[in-house]
Amino acid sequence: MKGITKSFYGIRANDEVNFEVRPGEIHTLLGENGAGKSTLMNILCGLYTPERGTIKINGEKCFFKSPKDAINAGIGMLHQHFMLVPVMTVWENVALGDKELPQVLPKNKVIEQIKELSDVYGLSVNPLAPVWQLSVGEQQRVAIVKLLYRRAKVLILDEPTAVLTPQEARHLFRVIKKMAEEGHGIVFISHKLDEVLEISDRITVLRKGRNVGTVAKEEASKEKLAEMMIGKRVAFAIDKPIQNPGKEVLNVKNIKVLGDRGRLKVNGISFSLRQREILGIAGVSGNGQEELAEALTGLRKPISGKVFVDGDDVTTGNPRDFMKRRVSYIPADRKGTGLIANMNLRENIALRKYWKSEYTRFGFFINWERIAGHTGKLVERFSVANPSLSYPVRLLSGGNMQKLMLARELSDNPRVIVAVQPTWGLDIGATHYVREVLVSQKEKGSGILLITDDLEEILALSDRIAVIHGGEIVGIVDNPDKVTEEELGLMMAGTKLEKYPVYDLKEDELE
Amino acid sequence: MPRLIIERRFKTPFILSIVFPLLSIVLALLTSSLLLLALNVSPLGALKGMINGALGSWYGISEVLVKAIPLVICGIAVALAFTMKVWNIGAEGQIYLGALASAAAVRYFPVENTFFMLSVMAVMAILAGAFWGGIAGYLKGRWNVNEIITTLMLNYVAIHLVDYFVYGPWRDPSSLGFPMTAPFPDFARLPTFGGTRVHAWIFLALIIVILYRVVIRWTRWGFEIRAIGENQRAALYAGIPYIKNVVLVMAVSGALSALAGMGEIAGLQGRLQHGFSPGYGYTAIIVAWLARLNPWGTVLVSIFMGIIMVGGETLQVIMRLPLASVQVIQGLILLFVLASEFFRNYKVRILSGDGR
Amino acid sequence: MEVLISILAAAVRSGTPILYATLGEILTERAGVLNLGLEGLMLMGALSGFWVAYSTSSVTFALVAAFLVGAAIALIHAFLCVHLGANQVVSGLAITMCGTGASSLLGRGLVGETIKGIGVLPIPVLSKIPIIGPVLFNHDPLVYLSYVLVIGMSWFLYSTKAGLNLRAVGEAPGAVDAVGLDPVKLRYLYTVIGGGLAAIGGAYLSLVYTKMWGEHMTAGRGWIAVALVIFAIWHPARAALGAYLFGGVGALQLRMQAAGTSIPAPLLLMLPYLLTILVLLGISIKKGKGILLGAPSALGVPYQREERT
Repeated sequence: MKGITKSFYGIRANDEVNFEVRPGEIHTLLGENGAGKSTLMNILCGLYTPERGTIKINGEKCFFKSPKDAINAGIGMLHQHFMLVPVMTVWENVALGDKELPQVLPKNKVIEQIKELSDVYGLSVNPLAPVWQLSVGEQQRVAIVKLLYRRAKVLILDEPTAVLTPQEARHLFRVIKKMAEEGHGIVFISHKLDEVLEISDRITVLRKGRNVGTVAKEEASKEKLAEMMIGKRVAFAIDKPIQNPGKEVLNVKNIKVLGDRGRLKVNGISFSLRQREILGIAGVSGNGQEELAEALTGLRKPISGKVFVDGDDVTTGNPRDFMKRRVSYIPADRKGTGLIANMNLRENIALRKYWKSEYTRFGFFINWERIAGHTGKLVERFSVANPSLSYPVRLLSGGNMQKLMLARELSDNPRVIVAVQPTWGLDIGATHYVREVLVSQKEKGSGILLITDDLEEILALSDRIAVIHGGEIVGIVDNPDKVTEEELGLMMAGTKLEKYPVYDLKEDELE
Repeated sequence: MPRLIIERRFKTPFILSIVFPLLSIVLALLTSSLLLLALNVSPLGALKGMINGALGSWYGISEVLVKAIPLVICGIAVALAFTMKVWNIGAEGQIYLGALASAAAVRYFPVENTFFMLSVMAVMAILAGAFWGGIAGYLKGRWNVNEIITTLMLNYVAIHLVDYFVYGPWRDPSSLGFPMTAPFPDFARLPTFGGTRVHAWIFLALIIVILYRVVIRWTRWGFEIRAIGENQRAALYAGIPYIKNVVLVMAVSGALSALAGMGEIAGLQGRLQHGFSPGYGYTAIIVAWLARLNPWGTVLVSIFMGIIMVGGETLQVIMRLPLASVQVIQGLILLFVLASEFFRNYKVRILSGDGR
Repeated sequence: MEVLISILAAAVRSGTPILYATLGEILTERAGVLNLGLEGLMLMGALSGFWVAYSTSSVTFALVAAFLVGAAIALIHAFLCVHLGANQVVSGLAITMCGTGASSLLGRGLVGETIKGIGVLPIPVLSKIPIIGPVLFNHDPLVYLSYVLVIGMSWFLYSTKAGLNLRAVGEAPGAVDAVGLDPVKLRYLYTVIGGGLAAIGGAYLSLVYTKMWGEHMTAGRGWIAVALVIFAIWHPARAALGAYLFGGVGALQLRMQAAGTSIPAPLLLMLPYLLTILVLLGISIKKGKGILLGAPSALGVPYQREERT
């Protein structure tokens, strides 16, 4: 790929980028969120068309009008969201798009081929299972099998480890190495330095849509890569203040919650959260975290069990009951649950306040002047960059959206904060900012429930860690400084460890 | 190789939001001309006839206003529901049911005072319309039953219900077998102005337009339904109850349409009869859509639709074209506006060269 | 018994036009496009079929013409919804308006005319089977064709490559695009075929059922078909079940009127519409309990590849 340029809304996502991969090589594309890695690879697999630049395969110049051309050229991409059809079975997903199959689908033949590929590469999948029933790790295996089935020569893996436990990631690395040995060219995309150093033959770094450079594994070190990626040395560490928990603010007793398809997603979870404490909930996504968070904010009613906030039973409360008890929520999907993309900053801030008497006139009209004043103050305090308060939030950057949401959710000094993947998709600067704000809010007395699959984040921020798997807590870590990523990974995969028993916090243990 | 590049517009230039609707109307008229040619009717003559009929005389203009009254009221009703992304395709049925309820008031309430009578009629219409819209709203809110289909089915039910009464128990024995009730007494008639058929509901329509503006812009409830319309999940998280609002919005929407129905029989016809609405409820959907839910836009578009309807009636008389031609023009305008929507939101430019 | 058999047979006959429209809409919606223009498509199909049969006295030409007219109108819908990403609900409503208006405008000279239409053609052996024979196999060829369609479509959807592609494009057009198939082409294809089938349903009314043309002769059947797609949970066999249920109610109502019941006609005429609401409610309650899977996930959502939100 030479001189690739592509822009969105006039912003260059790729600017004169060059990239190459050889057969049998694992070539990593490294860069932080928003550096243009995914854009470049979407161009390579034909989903986006570049404004300028050329792609050559085996020395031959190609022009990909659609993914079809890329697939015919032997390029296969493992997308972050896998691009599978959830209601279909595994074998149907694998067969989808195979031009060589006869019109009447030879189900058994496809299943056989799937089994063959699973054996060769160690990718166990059940061909008859519907995809929506599979865990994220299994879905990823299906997506890889699908690429191999289509005989892709170049495999692009877009942040494949983000959704896996460390053990699953290690297994994936073995699969990747095996694929490289078989002569496939592998493009591995990541922003995690450790794993990049572990697996790559060569590493190309992107920053703000431009090539920074390509280094061989031997020449690379963590510090060097980090500097190339970010441009200046920054301290990642967040000072974790000494734990000094206070009164219990949130108590969850044996709750069970159903998911969207009526399946039991949270199966009897109990824990207690105190003031000035960050309790991390670690786990691979899809293990009941979303449902748990929704049950703790009134968006979903548990089918059994109890939820107490400051001693009040709010199990069957609606979102506003939780809000009135100063429970804040930072959902994972900013534009889905948190903010209303087409509304402006004022209106989004108003969502949490508009019904309160100080923001209404005669209880009927909204006092927009007062809300605008409040918004102005918040926007300044949380340094949300914006052209005006009547600007629709969909036009803000991800980082500014998240700041706006923090501004709204932290504005009335909450008792409990439920934060789900609070730094997902943010660049390093914004990530750091969000983490600092959370920690300082903890010092101000909030109890924070941090739900994320990012182990680095969990370890950096939490005072205690509970590991969730299959809707149950499998272990609680009281001292996160002592736990290893391996131990966490085992628990995330469902293994109970004697070292980290699950206990109920008794009332008398509280001060 | 030149390629087409399609980019989302950051903001739609204001001029385009005027040019495109006008262009759509012109294209729709051109297309309907083809249809008229197929029927051996001169399109230019037809257009002339329409304009003459609707705008050529004070009477024509007053008739345009007469048509615009129910269109504005129902247009706002539909727009209100659509503000929270709920489709009220049932305005037509709500018109009929409102008329039925106010006719029942005339028949069964023993009062002879104009003000009192009209109030009772209005209350009855409001209750009936709110009930009719509320059913669809409740089914939507509680069980997520598709409101497009329920409101549409309820239209057929309401129209048949009116038929039941005007063909059966309420039929005027002196109507020579026509399906209609006896004429209403004078105290059950809305006042009309200046010898035209323009009736008092013209003020109601204006009040509703202003109220709609105020509610949507400035009130808590307006903010709530806007939030639901933009993002249901976020609204839920903000503690805005969905079921309650869906029922309320549909009930208000139904009540407004029902009032329009009362206006038709108490202001114009003076009796309840079979098929008294020429599809105002359906035209109202176009009105709301073309006006992009803007209240003053609703007034403008309603007047425009009124012109087309009066023009269509003129054609019926002078060229013996069926009233269906009005429907064709309306449908075509809608199709062209839909197509122009794309060019409002995206800009298309041509990139020359071979991708380098 | 006699009466029951004749009502069941009538149920099949009056259910068939709805069945064609429902099958067409199932194809369209499976591809992820919502076409609410069925009522207009059926009317245009009824008119064009009748007109061709009237002027050429060939029912084959009539059916071909109806299909082509339906397909052509659906092509407009596909262009607006698939290419331009327009609002599918509004586009469907506009098509219904145009179809309703244009059919009464163009058909005004045909009102009152009659044609020979398509007659009954009993299937030799099968029609002699007691009960089943007269109910299912003593009809016109279009009814038999609809049986073939129901069985064929069920097989097509679940056992063929094209069926797999169709199901996938309605569920996840992005996934279809990523494996090198063209979602746009697929959506066009099935919207157009679906429109053609709906028009055949309309033509059934004018060629077989009444052998006449009349304004608004579909009387809401297009909308009932839209509702039936939901009842059928997008499955052809269940669509047949639903269509015959509605046909049965219609047949029953006619019979009651003919028998001189004391219930006034307008109240009987309401029945199919009330039934539609009830059926829809039943389905939605079940869905709410998580027993059934819902609509194709991408139904009504335009697909645009380079869109970044």
